[in-house]
Amino acid sequence: MPNQIAVGAAEPGCQKVDPILVADKVKRQFGGLVAVDVDHVEIPRGMITALIGPNGAGKTTFFNLLTGFDKPNTGSWSFEGKNLAGVSSYKVARLGMIRTFQLTKALSLLTVIENMRLGAQKQPGESMLTALIRPLWTKREAAITVEADELLKRFKLDAKREDYAASLSGGQRKLLEMARALMGKPKLVMLDEPMAGVNPALTQSLLDHIIELKKNGTTVLFVEHDMHMVRHISDWVIVMAEGKVVAEGPPAEVMKNPAVIDAYLGAHHDTDLGTMQKKGN
Amino acid sequence: MDFGAILTLAVKELISPITVTYVLCAIGLSVHFGYTGLLNFGQAAFAAIGGYGMAIGILTFGWPIWISAIFALFCSTIFALILGIPTLRLRADYLAIVTIAASEIFRYFMTTIGFAKVTGGSNGLSQFGGEFWKLNPLPADVEYGFGPFTYRNDQIFIMLVGWVLVAICAVLVWLLMRSPWGRVLRGIREDEDAVRSLGKNVFVYKLQALIFGGIFASIGGMIFVLNLSNVQPQSWGTTFTFMIWTVLLLGGAATVLGPVVGTLVFFFILSLTQGILGGLKDIGVLPFLSDPQIGQIRFILIGLALMLLVIFRPQGIFGNKRELQFNA
Repeated sequence: MPNQIAVGAAEPGCQKVDPILVADKVKRQFGGLVAVDVDHVEIPRGMITALIGPNGAGKTTFFNLLTGFDKPNTGSWSFEGKNLAGVSSYKVARLGMIRTFQLTKALSLLTVIENMRLGAQKQPGESMLTALIRPLWTKREAAITVEADELLKRFKLDAKREDYAASLSGGQRKLLEMARALMGKPKLVMLDEPMAGVNPALTQSLLDHIIELKKNGTTVLFVEHDMHMVRHISDWVIVMAEGKVVAEGPPAEVMKNPAVIDAYLGAHHDTDLGTMQKKGN
Repeated sequence: MDFGAILTLAVKELISPITVTYVLCAIGLSVHFGYTGLLNFGQAAFAAIGGYGMAIGILTFGWPIWISAIFALFCSTIFALILGIPTLRLRADYLAIVTIAASEIFRYFMTTIGFAKVTGGSNGLSQFGGEFWKLNPLPADVEYGFGPFTYRNDQIFIMLVGWVLVAICAVLVWLLMRSPWGRVLRGIREDEDAVRSLGKNVFVYKLQALIFGGIFASIGGMIFVLNLSNVQPQSWGTTFTFMIWTVLLLGGAATVLGPVVGTLVFFFILSLTQGILGGLKDIGVLPFLSDPQIGQIRFILIGLALMLLVIFRPQGIFGNKRELQFNA
């Protein structure tokens, strides 16, 4: 199946059969530092794509650029054929490209259910004037609440429904943030390190949720450090190093790519530290 | 020392039009700070614009009072836009700096001799209330109230108007804050990037909150100047703003009744300490204090009380204790 994703060989910037997101010449500099310099990259629709790379590779910055939370120096990108360069972050989300954050942003002093409701789109009561007239929005609110409760059940947060988000554990907040993002019915969900700081017992259920998303037709793009997890769930892997895409391909192949091993794992990744020292001596 | 008289004075203070002004300004600030997390340190300017806007509408343009009032609210909206458009895209602290500066600029602007024809300069404006008092349906030759709490017809009238306005504003805030609109505001208070990532136009919401809260303060300002029958620049210094912050924190920032009760408690205590300290001086217990010093000492006491409040009950009188557990 993986070889149905790309047109031709799997190489950095390769063309996809059915891309949902296409980025071109996206460059972001912080002073003299080039944080992101992506020449061309396509994200396949309906797949789980992992974006990996060492610390400082520019993965999160690339996420911020794509979702309008940061502005690039140059570059353009389109989502489902719509040009997104210069579009503000809230409009990007409304188009169906919803992200989560590396440092979880649960809305602490809102309850779990309120967090969820906030994720929904097209609630007329969110405009100031209609908000005053309850009958104009209670129907939509009820529908939103039903959706929210379903998602909470799926994410096993239903027992926490009325608790403040601040009272959740780190892992539960990750779950809440993901569930909240799903309230907006995204076509592409972008997860920034969904596993960071999550207790191993929860990891499996988070993985299941991500696989579930794909089954429901949602495209997933996620940043992750845990190679085991990348190998386990992703259909496609994009490797970034020093702001550039250095490799792409199905997980099994990418892991064998010498460029990836050098950039990401280090040249001595499978050598025992003891033997390295001996060699050095 | 007459405890009865001291207490009577303190209770009278509770329903005075000055209290109404503070309540309205504090309700506005609760929308800004309590619900949306906007650090507005220029609430005095919003109130001043209410007062000046109405006075200028009546005196300079010769409009009827209700058109002048609408004009004042319009000016308040423009002021909010001027403050908000450049700063609300930036971090919260910028708004704090800009609002405190803007409110001082506004006050000095009103003091300037160059515009004295319209603004009255440092003397301010007066004699614009005639039409308001004519609206009073209560007959003049009757005393209203009972015992020590008797009022003239115009005193009763302005208090009635004021408290009806307080009730309307409080109900409006209550309705809006339990709606999805209010939920977005509270979300912005917690983390605006998260709310942005969920597809809400955070900037517009913050601007709406700034305008909305500012309008309450402007209504408060109108009651203030109608009661005094004049509007002067020195009423609207930073002290006014900080008093509003005090009553808001006292009552509980993100609550509907907090600003109301906070103001009532504040003015009750202020009047009570004044009365008690003055009384103690009269019977020779505090011979080392002069009258102006007594006026100042009660603010020291209130400052102390506020410190204790922030330490032991940071959520205010009405704040939700549950919210507090996570702020440490």
